[in-house]
Amino acid sequence: MFLSLATLVRYRGLILSLVARELKARYRGSVLGFAWSFINPLLLLLIYSFVFTKIMPNETPDVKPYAVFMFCGILPWNWFATSLSDAAGSLIAGGNLIKKVLFPAEVLPIVSVLTNMVHFFLGLPILVFFLLISGHYPPLSDLIWFPVAVLVELIFTCALALILSALAVHFRDIRDILANIIMLWFFATPIIYPWFQPNVQRFKWLFNLNPFTHLAVSYQEILFFNGPFGHWKWLLALGVLSVLLFLAGYWLFDRLRDSFAEAV
Amino acid sequence: MTAAIELVNVSKIYRRYGGKQFSTLKSALLQRSIMRDLQPGETFPALTDVSFKVPKGSTFGVIGRNGSGKSTALKLVAGITKPTMGTVLVDGRVSALIELGAGFHPEISGRENVFINGIMLGLTKRQIQDRFDDIVGFAELSEFIDAPVKTYSSGMYMRLGFAVAIHVDPDVLLVDEVLAVGDEGFTHKCLDKFSEFRRRGKTVLLVTHSLGLVETLCDEAVWLDAGRVEAEGDPKRVVGAYLTAVEEGEQELMAATTAKAVGAVEEVETTAAPASPPDMFKAAEGRWGSREVEIAQVALLDRSGEPSFVFHTGEALHVRLKVRAHHETDDFAFGIGLFNADGVCCYGTNTYVEEMSPERLSGDADVTFAIDSLDLVEGTYKLDVAVHKRDGFPYDYHRLLYTFRVKSRTKDVGIYRPQHRWTFSPNVRFTR
Repeated sequence: MFLSLATLVRYRGLILSLVARELKARYRGSVLGFAWSFINPLLLLLIYSFVFTKIMPNETPDVKPYAVFMFCGILPWNWFATSLSDAAGSLIAGGNLIKKVLFPAEVLPIVSVLTNMVHFFLGLPILVFFLLISGHYPPLSDLIWFPVAVLVELIFTCALALILSALAVHFRDIRDILANIIMLWFFATPIIYPWFQPNVQRFKWLFNLNPFTHLAVSYQEILFFNGPFGHWKWLLALGVLSVLLFLAGYWLFDRLRDSFAEAV
Repeated sequence: MTAAIELVNVSKIYRRYGGKQFSTLKSALLQRSIMRDLQPGETFPALTDVSFKVPKGSTFGVIGRNGSGKSTALKLVAGITKPTMGTVLVDGRVSALIELGAGFHPEISGRENVFINGIMLGLTKRQIQDRFDDIVGFAELSEFIDAPVKTYSSGMYMRLGFAVAIHVDPDVLLVDEVLAVGDEGFTHKCLDKFSEFRRRGKTVLLVTHSLGLVETLCDEAVWLDAGRVEAEGDPKRVVGAYLTAVEEGEQELMAATTAKAVGAVEEVETTAAPASPPDMFKAAEGRWGSREVEIAQVALLDRSGEPSFVFHTGEALHVRLKVRAHHETDDFAFGIGLFNADGVCCYGTNTYVEEMSPERLSGDADVTFAIDSLDLVEGTYKLDVAVHKRDGFPYDYHRLLYTFRVKSRTKDVGIYRPQHRWTFSPNVRFTR
C-alpha cells in the first residue's frame, strides 16, 4: 500500500495536468470563461445578503454583516460538497481510462478534489474583498492558521473522495444517496447559523461529532471573528483523524482497485 | 533468447453480470451479504491455463474468433487487469494501442490532449515537446491541432490517438485490431512504423483478424479458442490450422442450415401440401409437387466423394439426388438451379432444355449433377433441385433448401468466374 502511495507522488505531473485540463474544459465555450469562477461565488454572496438583510434580517449580535459570515463557511463547504459528488462519479465517468489504459485510478477522485480546491481559491478574493469593506481585518496570528485549515480540509476531503469513488463503482446508488446526505450535512453544520447560538450549544456534543463543524468554525474564527483563534485543538485533532481516514480510505481503494476495470 | 512477455498458466475469470447480483447498497446491507456478493458468483472463464512466450524483438500475432480471449490476454499483458491465476511477466515499458484516444477530453484542443495523453502513457512534458511535431505530422492533423477534439471526425480522433501511443517509444507495443483506423495511406504508415519497431529490436504483440497480416508480419503466432491455446508457433502453420477449424465450423453451420430448411419444409408438408408452385421468381424456400416422383435425398459431394458444405473455387462439386418413382413414367426431367446470397440465379438448367428425351424412370434411382470445376466467387450459395414433367408440372420441387459455401483465395467479385488468363505485351511487368 505504501508503494502505491509512492506512485501517487510519481503521478503528480499527471494529476496537475488533469486538474489543468478540467479547469480549461470547464469554461471552454462560455463567453465569460474563467470569470465564472469569480462570478459564481459573488452571485451566491449577493443572494444570501439580500435574503438575510432584507427578507429575514438576522439580528444575532457580533455577526455583522451576516452574509459575509455565512460566506466564510459556504466557500469551503462548496469545495467539500462538490468534490464529493464529483469524486463519487469520477471512476464511472473515467471508465474508459480504467478499462482501456493502464491508469492509476486513484488519480481521478483526487483530481476532482483538487479541481474544486482551485475553484475555492478563486472564490477567496471575493470573500477577502467583502471582509475588508465590512471592516474585518483578521490578525496575522490567526491567518497563519488558514493554510492549516485548508490542508486539513484537503486531506479530509480526499479521504472521503477515495472511499466514495471506490464504493460507488460497486454501489451506484451512492451517487443518489450522496446528494441527500450532503444536503442534510450542510444544515447540520454551523454554516448558516453561528456556532455560539444557545440552541446550538445545547446540542454541542452532537455538533462536535460532525467533523465539518470544526472546519467551518475554524474558517469563521480565522477569517471573520476578531480575537485569538481558540478552536485550534479541534482543528489539529481533525487533522490527525483525517490522515488516519485517508490511509484507511487508500487501503480500501487499493483493495478494490483490481475490481474497477471489470465493474466500471 | 530472453522473453519480453511471458504468460505462465494464466487464467482469467470474469464475473457475469445480471441475474442475482446485488445491485443496490440497500439489498447488500439488508442481507449482510456484501462480502459474499463481492465474491464471484456466476463466472465466465475468459482464459484458461494459457501459456506462451514472446521472445524479445519478435513480432507475435494472436488470432482467434470473437470472444476467444485475445483482448483479455492483451489487457493482462498491459497490466490493466490482473490474472485470476498464473503469472504475467513483461520486461520493459509497455504501450498499448487498445483503445485509441481513450483519455481524450472532447472540449480541449488536440494540442492539449496530446500532452495529457502523453503524460498518461508515461512520457514527461519535455519528451512530448520534443516529439510533438512528429506526432502531429504522423497523424496528419497539423491544420486542426488547435481545434477542440470534439470537432474531429472519428478517423482524425483515432489517428491522433494512434500517433501519440506509437510515439511513446515503448519496448513492448501491444496492438489490438487498430490498423483499421485510417485510409490506405495511413495504414501503410502504421505498417512502416511497425517495421521500424522491428528493426530497432522492439517487441510487438499483435491481436488481429487480418490473417494475411499475421502471415506477413509475425515471427510467431498463437491461436486462442474459447480461452485456450489451440496452436502456437510458425504463423503460416497456425493460420492454416485456424482456417481449417473455421471451415469445419462453417461446414457444421451449413449442415445445420440445410437440415433446418429441409426440416421446416417437411413439417409444412404434413399439414398442407401446396401442390401448385408459388411465384417462381420469389426466392422463398419451399417444397412442392405431386410426389409421384420424389427426391428422397440430396447430397453435395466433394472431389473425394465425401459429403461437404464448403468448397473451394475450381474444385469439383457433385450434386447427388436419390430419386424414388412411385410408378413408372416416361415424362420426367431433372433440374438444378444455383442461387447466390442475394437470391440471384447464377445458373439454371434441366435435362429437358439440354435436349435429353425421357424414356423410362422406375423405382429408386441415383442422379448426379457433376461440376468439374466450380467457377464461382467466394460466398454462400443455395441450390434448387427438382424433378418435373417436360411441361414443367412439378413432381417434387426443392427450392433453396440446400446451402453451401464457396471459398476462394482470390477476392474477385461478381456472379460467376469465367476461366480466364491475362496476357501483356513485354513492356508491362509485374513483380513475382
